[in-house]
Amino acid sequence: MIRSELIQKIADENPHLYQRDVEKIVNTIFEEVIQAMSRGDRVELRGFGAFSVKKRNARTGRNPRTGESVAVEEKHVPFFKTGKLLRDRLNGK
Amino acid sequence: MSDKTLTRMDLSEAVFREVGLSRNESSQLVESVLDHMSDALVAGETVKISSFGTFSVRDKAARVGRNPKTGEEVPIHPRRVLTFRPSHLMKDRVATGNSK
Repeated sequence: MIRSELIQKIADENPHLYQRDVEKIVNTIFEEVIQAMSRGDRVELRGFGAFSVKKRNARTGRNPRTGESVAVEEKHVPFFKTGKLLRDRLNGK
Repeated sequence: MSDKTLTRMDLSEAVFREVGLSRNESSQLVESVLDHMSDALVAGETVKISSFGTFSVRDKAARVGRNPKTGEEVPIHPRRVLTFRPSHLMKDRVATGNSK
């Protein structure tokens, strides 16, 4: 399923809404999650899962081709943990 | 980092603010977006949201695990797990937003 198919499903269920509003609704939800994580916030959606930000410490990396050492700076990466209900549903419980 | 936790309520508040539907309808729509994504995943589909990320379901084989405290061997049954791969855009925005 891709974004446009998700939008279509929601549009089909809500014939009273304009297509462009449904697009805006779906886009707003994903945009809000990214904005929250960009501030370092968590987004916890019970039953579905939680989005959070993990810190990766600075380290000395190595160029695998030349073997040269390179300094890799500290960075922050997005992380998703599946919610209990969805995990159970995936396993037919 | 501000270390706040957002919930469904914050997402429906954003929909309410951006689209101007009632709060009640906004929260129902947030719920149906999550429901459709969950249903697709449970059906074994991959959910690919451009400029956000990809959720995919992977099958894990059975293996023998060990209780780290007691050392006791326990069978781990085959199971399906969900993985999320953030898009480049999400990674970039999260990295930029959290760099000091």
